[in-house]
Amino acid sequence: MFIAPFVQTSSPPWVRSPQGKVAELRQELNSGGKKDKNYSAKKIALKKIVANMTMSNNDMIALFPDIVDCMNLPSLEIKKMCFLFLVNYSRMKPEIALKALPILVNDMEATNPLVRALALRTIAYVHVREFVEATVQPLKRLMGDMDPYVRKTAAFCVAKLYEHDRKMVETSDLIARLNDMLKDENPTVVSSVLASLVDIWGRSETISLTIDYSSASKLVSILPDCSEWGQTYILEALMSYVPQDSAEALLLAERIAPRLSHSNSAVVLTSIRVILYLMNYIADERHVTSLSKKLSPPLVTLLSKPPEVQYLALRNAILILQKRPEVLRNDIRVFFCNYNDPIYVKVTKLELIFMLTTKENISVVLAELREYATEIDVHFVRKAVRAIGKLAIKIESAAKQCIDTLLDLVNAKIPYIVQEATVVIRNIFRKYPNQYESIIGQVIQNIDELDEPEAKAAIIWIIGQYADRIENSDGLLQDYLATFHDETIEVQLALLTATVKLFIQRPTKGQQLVPQVLKWCTEETDDPDLRDRGYMYWRLLSTDPTTARQIVMGQKPPISAESEKLDSRTLEELCLNVGTLATVYLKPVQQVFRSARTRRLQYSPALQKTQEDLTSTTWQFAAPVAAPNPVTSPNAVANGTATTPGGSTNAAVNAADSYFSSVAAGTQQMAALDLGGREDGGVGGGGAPQLQYVVNQNQQQAYQPQLAGGAATGELLLL
Amino acid sequence: MLSGILVFNQKGENLIFRAFRNDCRPRLADIFRIQVISNPQVRSPILTLGSTTFSHVKHENIYLVAVTKSNANAALVFEFLYRLVLLGKSYFGKFDEEAVKNNFVLIYELLDEILDFGYPQNTETDTLKMYITTEGVKSAIANNPTDSSRITQQATGALSWRRADVKYRKNEAFVDVIEDVNLLMSATGTVLRADVNGQIVMRAYLSGTPECKFGLNDRLLLDNDSAGPGSGSTSGSLGNNGNKMGLGSSKTRAAAGSVTLEDCQFHQCVKLGRFDADRIISFVPPDGEFELMRYRATENVNLPFKVHPIVREIGTTKVEYSVAIKANYSSKLFATNVIIRIPTPLNTAKTTERTSQGRAKYEPEHNNIVWKIARFSGGSEYVLTAEATLTSMTNQKAWSRPPLSLNFSLLMFTSSGLLVRYLKVFEKSNYSSVKWVRYMTRAGSYEIRF
Repeated sequence: MFIAPFVQTSSPPWVRSPQGKVAELRQELNSGGKKDKNYSAKKIALKKIVANMTMSNNDMIALFPDIVDCMNLPSLEIKKMCFLFLVNYSRMKPEIALKALPILVNDMEATNPLVRALALRTIAYVHVREFVEATVQPLKRLMGDMDPYVRKTAAFCVAKLYEHDRKMVETSDLIARLNDMLKDENPTVVSSVLASLVDIWGRSETISLTIDYSSASKLVSILPDCSEWGQTYILEALMSYVPQDSAEALLLAERIAPRLSHSNSAVVLTSIRVILYLMNYIADERHVTSLSKKLSPPLVTLLSKPPEVQYLALRNAILILQKRPEVLRNDIRVFFCNYNDPIYVKVTKLELIFMLTTKENISVVLAELREYATEIDVHFVRKAVRAIGKLAIKIESAAKQCIDTLLDLVNAKIPYIVQEATVVIRNIFRKYPNQYESIIGQVIQNIDELDEPEAKAAIIWIIGQYADRIENSDGLLQDYLATFHDETIEVQLALLTATVKLFIQRPTKGQQLVPQVLKWCTEETDDPDLRDRGYMYWRLLSTDPTTARQIVMGQKPPISAESEKLDSRTLEELCLNVGTLATVYLKPVQQVFRSARTRRLQYSPALQKTQEDLTSTTWQFAAPVAAPNPVTSPNAVANGTATTPGGSTNAAVNAADSYFSSVAAGTQQMAALDLGGREDGGVGGGGAPQLQYVVNQNQQQAYQPQLAGGAATGELLLL
Repeated sequence: MLSGILVFNQKGENLIFRAFRNDCRPRLADIFRIQVISNPQVRSPILTLGSTTFSHVKHENIYLVAVTKSNANAALVFEFLYRLVLLGKSYFGKFDEEAVKNNFVLIYELLDEILDFGYPQNTETDTLKMYITTEGVKSAIANNPTDSSRITQQATGALSWRRADVKYRKNEAFVDVIEDVNLLMSATGTVLRADVNGQIVMRAYLSGTPECKFGLNDRLLLDNDSAGPGSGSTSGSLGNNGNKMGLGSSKTRAAAGSVTLEDCQFHQCVKLGRFDADRIISFVPPDGEFELMRYRATENVNLPFKVHPIVREIGTTKVEYSVAIKANYSSKLFATNVIIRIPTPLNTAKTTERTSQGRAKYEPEHNNIVWKIARFSGGSEYVLTAEATLTSMTNQKAWSRPPLSLNFSLLMFTSSGLLVRYLKVFEKSNYSSVKWVRYMTRAGSYEIRF
């Protein structure tokens, strides 16, 4: 800001200052005079101005009055350029913009429909109170215009006004008029009206959008006559239709199914969304299965689209697979990575491969993963190695095969592979105690390659756990203890536990180390977890060694590999949002977009609920809108929730509410505990033996999201 | 929906900034530049910061960015960005920084037309070209109310992709069946994946409003066809380029039978309800060139080339190659532009290569030996032997052995075995029309591990 005048005075005369440029353009704009019949000089000047608008910031604003003067010239081309200028700068100089208002109002009565639509479109972009107010009356007239192009512009205009001034639109009859336009004979107009209504719906919690069967049916029938975008808008609006009857839902789903062959992926994915949604209301399992089968090929076909669309399709495949495992059942090979796939596609494919691997195809998958583990991209290689380890845990009968593959990779002695492999081998030991310990020797061999905390913690865990089988376990621990104070907390915790385990299993070897470590942990650390655990071991060991042994070396709770499973509530929500941005992140919509309106499955007599959903979801209680209706409530009890005892529904609702909220809080805590990675069985196990611990493929990111290049996997979210 | 569209060049200069909603502030351009263009770490096409999402695609030397503020339909966002690229190409020939800089006004005009409040509107090139033109000559038409209503009817009508007044003296339609065959072969020679992504591109120069019916040797279609109308007359009306017979004999097995298409996707103009009900592809085509359909086939894929690589690493200083490639199609056909890329280790110092056909050259910048064979007749087999000498490195890292890849194009051959059985044109003036069909198979991702 201070520099500007300085630059101006000091710049040599041949460099044009911004003011000079503006003056020049102004002169050019006004040149030509009466002789310039086709206004070609003006057009050229205007083009330069438009070009400068984006490239050189706000200099052009000084020309605003000159532009307003040009607006009334009888050339559509000039008009368009002037209007663009107006939209760009009106907010900064509302007082000058006002001079253009009469011109726009006048244009909305022009005989040329293109001009009427242009003026209407433009006036509604201007975020100035007078403009917004002046739009309402002409808009009402143009909503009934004889030209469909003007009507569809008018439809969007209502949503625009709603963005400017919500109150004004709500108190006027614009929304009612918009609703009336749904009867329009032109499909493009209808789809525009729906887009506008859905847009308004998304901004206000007070507005509800309901579509009954006959309207929904009519909308589906005009689908073929709409543009691809129009089809998408209609399909999105259909999400607001709640089937009251299983047959209705089925009929609509079958009529929408042909859209799955459209070449536009937005139409395809939105169709999948609607069909998945309608499936919730279809009673007959056979119909549901046959619909599911129809979803699979289009989803796979999207993989021949540009990589961005592939990525989206893959993320949605992860989602859909959890909801309807029968989709994509036989298709694992189509998810194999091409060498030139972008990394974000590869990583997502890897996740799908993991999800789709079974006893039958494990050999093919392992060969493929092994291939990935030799690629160049470190992030991807790590994920591949981790996937092998996770498969060992997921598929018991293939564990041996997975371990062989891992050892093979470890032998190449590439540091990051060794580290990654060490971590997953630790998990394998956890999962299958007393089966594969023969490989300990081979794992220990690579101890010097490890420099990442997670890998170190893993090897230390192995040393501690098998201290009695590893000949020089005390020596190995001692090496690590020498640098105890420089290690991260994660490694220190592992060292503490491992030393205690060593002492319990081989008291003679451990008796010098234990007091030393306990002293460090209790007296020389600032970390409360470490100190607490130190004190706990100390007391345990000094009170009752037998109990200590039972606790420290006790049975460990089992671990599983199904970490990426979304909880059913999130899953339900995301399935209602297939194809949207939230599905890329696979996180609850409101966690990503705080202002977004949530979608839930709405209750109807036709709504199907599986047993699993009954125990975990709370749709009925979470959506009080559905409950108050006295007619439907008894049905709900009879039809949906077998677990709710009959009688006072309200009381049941309340009770369930509080119950579920406490459960939710509980699991969240557990989840947090789990994420911390301190899953050392010695301590954690005692409390809840039934709790499943989870091996998390993304653990690495949880610690250092920046370093691990989480960018590639969609974990980019910075909230 | 979209809050704004931004275009950047590779340096991160903002070329186009068009906001459609009040929440799209100018400073977002800086954020995108800093967070994406100048940040090599970011590799995802979607970036959400706070409540703002940037979705981008790169084309030539420009970034096309869509800004959204809500949980928008991501498929729609990307489809739109690609449509914008397509429009740019059809308006300017090439859609790059130069084209953007030369056509600021036109691009803003287009954006204003194809997006309203951030919702994509009619994006059909044909219609748009009626009233948004480069020279500014034709926009005089748009100044006339009667002509304008014709435009508006067209833009909102059910046949938004076709003008009503198309006239040709000679009515012709060209059908190109183009297949990309994908192969992934393991080091042991087993086929891990083989599939075909096909597309059928049509160039229709037909007068009036022609109703077309199109038939393939799709298994499901053939099963239904006996009941359907117009069966039997197998490609009688089809023009062939003389080579078609060669095709028949080379692939008798597939041609005699039928193919199973895993999935099909059609242009907006195809009546999908009709296809779903009785597998008849019926449509009113846009004028000129368009992609009629895409399909996928995974069964009985005919691989045009068999490659047998032997690669031996001799110590740490040398790699020996022997690559044999055999053409697996009729000797009447020949492939053109066959390019085999053979990866070499990163520390290759020099290479020597010998070939029995074509030329081989080492491209250090891509770490490849590139073997080109301009014309590859069916049935023949060629061999390359080569040796790469490596420099010794202090930090010896294992070579990742990327797969060997192939490029080629082969006329009058379809890997899936797909054939066009008929194309019929019905128009009320009942003119006769000439139809031509051409087949081509290209390498998609044709990779062989070793």
